[in-house]
Amino acid sequence: MNIPYPVLLKRTEDPAKWLPIVTSVAAVVAAFVVSGIILWVTGANPFTVYSYFYRASFGSWGAFSDVIVKATPLLLIGLGCSLAFRMRLWNIGAEGQFFIGAFMASAVVMVPLVNLDTTPRWAIVSLMGLLGMLGGALYAFIPGILKAKLNINEIIITLMLNYIAVLWNNYWIFGKWSEAGFQMTKTFPKSAWLPRLADYAKDVPAFSGLTLHAGILFGLIASIIVYIIVYRSKWGYKITLIGDNPRAARYAGINIATNTILVFMVSGALAGLAGMTEVSGVVHRLQERISNSYGFSGVIVAWLAKLNPFAVIVVSILFGALLVASREIQPSGISFLIQGITLFLVISSDVLLKYEIKWVRPTQQETAQ
Amino acid sequence: MQDIVLRFPGVLANDHVNFSLYPGEIHALLGENGAGKSTLMNVLTGLYKPQSGEIRIHGKKVSFNSPKDAIANGIGMIHQHFMLVENQTVTENILIGLDTPRFALNLKKYDQEVSDLADQFDIHIDPTAKIWQLSVGEQQRVEILKILYRGANILILDEPTAVLAPQEIDELIETLKEMAAKGKSIAFISHKLTEVKQVADKLTVLRRGRVTAERVDLKDFTRESLASLMVGREVIFNLHKCVQDHGREVMRLEDVSAVNNKNLPALRNVDLSLHEGEILGIAGVAGNGQSELVEVITGLRECTGKIWMDGKDIANKPPSFAISHGLAHIPEDRIGVGSAPNLSLTSNVIMKRYDKEPISHKWQLDYLAADELTDNLKTEYDIQAPSVKTAARKLSGGNLQKLILARELSSAPHLIVAMQPTRGLDVGAIEGVQQLLLRQRELGCAILLVSEDLDEILDLSDRIAVMYEGHVVGVVCSDDFDITKIGLMMTGTLPQDLPETVKPELHAEGASSRFDQVLEAVRDYEGPPQPDPTIQVESTEHPQSVTPEESEQAEPPTPLEDPDAGLSEKERVLRKILGENYDRRGEE
Repeated sequence: MNIPYPVLLKRTEDPAKWLPIVTSVAAVVAAFVVSGIILWVTGANPFTVYSYFYRASFGSWGAFSDVIVKATPLLLIGLGCSLAFRMRLWNIGAEGQFFIGAFMASAVVMVPLVNLDTTPRWAIVSLMGLLGMLGGALYAFIPGILKAKLNINEIIITLMLNYIAVLWNNYWIFGKWSEAGFQMTKTFPKSAWLPRLADYAKDVPAFSGLTLHAGILFGLIASIIVYIIVYRSKWGYKITLIGDNPRAARYAGINIATNTILVFMVSGALAGLAGMTEVSGVVHRLQERISNSYGFSGVIVAWLAKLNPFAVIVVSILFGALLVASREIQPSGISFLIQGITLFLVISSDVLLKYEIKWVRPTQQETAQ
Repeated sequence: MQDIVLRFPGVLANDHVNFSLYPGEIHALLGENGAGKSTLMNVLTGLYKPQSGEIRIHGKKVSFNSPKDAIANGIGMIHQHFMLVENQTVTENILIGLDTPRFALNLKKYDQEVSDLADQFDIHIDPTAKIWQLSVGEQQRVEILKILYRGANILILDEPTAVLAPQEIDELIETLKEMAAKGKSIAFISHKLTEVKQVADKLTVLRRGRVTAERVDLKDFTRESLASLMVGREVIFNLHKCVQDHGREVMRLEDVSAVNNKNLPALRNVDLSLHEGEILGIAGVAGNGQSELVEVITGLRECTGKIWMDGKDIANKPPSFAISHGLAHIPEDRIGVGSAPNLSLTSNVIMKRYDKEPISHKWQLDYLAADELTDNLKTEYDIQAPSVKTAARKLSGGNLQKLILARELSSAPHLIVAMQPTRGLDVGAIEGVQQLLLRQRELGCAILLVSEDLDEILDLSDRIAVMYEGHVVGVVCSDDFDITKIGLMMTGTLPQDLPETVKPELHAEGASSRFDQVLEAVRDYEGPPQPDPTIQVESTEHPQSVTPEESEQAEPPTPLEDPDAGLSEKERVLRKILGENYDRRGEE
C-alpha cells in the first residue's frame, strides 16, 4: 500500500475490546460535527438546530414516546437483518416483508377472519401478530429457496420483491379494501389495536396522549431471543459458522440450504411483525404510506450495531429520534443528512479497528527515494 | 542485509540477521515455520521496516517503505499465494499496476513483449491465456514473469514448491537455474531439505530468528546435518512402522465415477477397498482425480456407484451421514475448508460435535464445556496459541493442521481420509503429523492417505493405489514397492505393460531420494549424457519416473553423488554464456 500521504496503515490483529465502542461513538459525534459545519455553511446556527433536535425527540415524554414508536419497527427489522447478515445472507427485502406482514395482519380485520365484536382483543391482536410474522416469513421464503436451491443472488431478488409487495398492497387498498375510494382501508375497530399507553390515561393521567404501544415489547423480547439464538444455541453456532466459511460448514456436515431458508424466514418474520405493529399500533388501518423506509433503515441499523442484538436497540432509538426530529426541522432533509453522514463515518471508522495509523516523518520518506 | 533486527510484540522475529546475495546465484533460506525467513524477506521487499540494521544493494544503502520502492530497486517477491486476476489474460495480469500503458491498451504489442521475455528464460506460457485456464505451476510462472517484467534482478520466492506437483517442481527448478544462469539473483525460501539441496548454490539457515549457518556451501551438508541446524535437534527420518495384520474391510468403493467442477469426468469406475489398521496411499500427479475421490467419500460430491462403509452405502449421502458413522476428514485446504478462520479455536474444534453431549443440551450450546474440551486438546496436541478464544486465522500452518487433526482424531474415527496432511508444514510438524497417523493405524483405524509427496506415501502406506486420469491404474503392496513402477503408473502405464527392464540400477550407485535423482536428470539434460541409457530416456520423457525406489531408510550416511559436479557444471555453462564477464563475486 503506497499512499501519497505521510501515513502508514499497519494491520492490527487484535483490536482492544473497548475500541469498537469508542470508534462507533466517536463516529456518531463526528457525524454531528460534520453536519453542524454543513448547517453553519447554509446559514443556520448548528447549536440552535441541535437543541431543537434534542427537544423534538427527547424534550418531553410525549416526544420520547414518539421516538420509541418510530424505533419499534426499526428494532424488529434490524434484528432480522442482523441475523441474516451474520450468515452473510444479504436480505434487503425487509421493506417488502414488512408490507406483506402489514397486509396479513390487516386481513384479520378486513376479511374478517374472526368475529371482531365477540373475540377478545388479545386473541385478535395475537392472531394479527402471528399472521404478520407468517406473511413476512413466507415472503422471505421465496428468496430463501431460490438462494438455497438455485444459488440465485438474494440481493436482486429481495430488492425486486420489495416493489411487488408495495404494489400488492396497493391493489388491495385501491380496490377491494378501499374505503370510499380513498387509498386506504377503513379504520380498524379498537379490538384490533395494540394497547397504547394513552389507553390507560384514565388510571394514570401522565399517560394521556402518549402514543407508545405494546410493539416495543415485541422488539425487546425479540432482541433477547435473537441474542440467545446467536450466542447460546446450536443453531446460532451453525449460522455463525456458515457465515464465516460456508465450505467449512458443509464439510462439517451442516445443511446450508435448510439453514439459508430458515434464517431468511426468521428474518422475514421479524420484518412482518414490524409491519403488523405499524398497522395495529400506529396507523390502525392499511394504507400506502405505512413505512418511513423502515425496511431500508433497518439494514443500516443492523450494520451500525455491528450485528449485536442489544446494540440494535440503542441504534434504532437513535434513528427513531432522527425520524421524529425530521418532522420538526425544516428542511426535514437535515435528519437524513445526519443519518447518511453517520452511516458513512461509522462504516469508515472500521479502518481504525483493522489498522493502526502511523505518521511517517517526511525524512524517512526521502531516504527511501 | 546486515544486522537486521525486527521485533514484533513478544517475538524477536529477526535477531541481527545477515544475508547476502550475489548475481547469478541461487541462495536458499532454510528454516522451520516461524523461524523468521518470510519476515526477513518481507523486510527486503519493504513490507516491514527493521528496527535496526541496514540493507545495501550494489553497495548503496537503501530503505524501503513499500514493495513499490523495492521493485524500483530491482527486488521482487513471488508469494506463496498468487495474486492474479482469474478472468484476465496472462499479459493483462502482468501489466496490472504499471504506469504504462496509460490508457489505450495495445494488448498485441504487450503479448509479444511478454512472450519474448518468457522465451529469454525458457518459460513456456501463452500470453493470451486466461489465468483460470492455467495450472498452478503455470500461474506461478506468470508471477515470475510479472516480477521479471518489472525489471527485477533479485527474485525472492517464498516456498514456491509448496503448491506444486512433482513434475512442476522440476520445471520450476529448471527455470530458476536458467534465470540464475542469465545473471539474476534468487533467494529461495524453503523448509524442504531435499529441494534445497537440489536447487541452491548457497545456504543460510535461520532458527528462531537467528542465523545458524550463514552463506555456507551446500555440498558440506547432509540432509541430517541440515535438519539439525534447522530444528536444533536430531530429526529422525525413519518412521517406525510396525507390521500388523489387517482387520476386516472398513470401506469398499465399487465402480465409482464422478465429474469435476467443470463437468468433465474426473473419476472413472474406481474400485478400492480399505481395511482396519491399514494405510492405503493414493499416489498420482495432482489433478488426476484424487480430490474428487476424497470428496465423493466424504459426501461433498455426487457420484455413481457404491461406497460401502461398515456395510452402509454412503455414496451421495449428506456429509453428516458419514461423519456420524465415524469418518474423519483431513482436508487438503486447511483454511478454505478445514477451518473457520475468523472464529475461535473452540468454534473450530466443535465443528463436528456441536450437537453431541456434553457440548450441547437439546437446543443449547454449552460454550464452557466446549472451551474445556478445546483446552484439553490444545494441551494434548500441543497447539501453540494464546488461548482457546484466539481466532483460527492467527495460527501458523503447522498449528492449524494440529488443530484440525485434534478435531478429527479425537472423535475416535474408524476411517480417516487425509489429503495432503503434511503439505506446507516444516520438518518437525511433518514428523508429528505422520506419527499421529501411524498411531491411529495401530489403533485399528483405516486410513486413506492422498499425497503428492511420494516419499510420504512410500513411508506410511501399507498399499499404494496409483491414479491416472481418474482411473486407479493399479494397486501395489508394501512388499512390492518399486518407485519406478509407481512412477510409470503415475503417467498412465498399466501394471501389465510395465517393462521388466526399468528396474533402476541407480540406487546401487548410492542415490538416496528421488529429488536427488531428478537433480541428476536435470544435470544430464544440460550436460554430458549418463552412461545408463535407460535412465536417460526416462528422465527426459517422464521426469518423475526416474525416481528411484527407497524411502529415507535406504539413505546412505554419506552425501550421495557429488554435488560439486553440479556446481562446476553450472559454472561451466555460466562461463559459456557470460564469457569473460562472468564473475561469481559480482557486486553486492
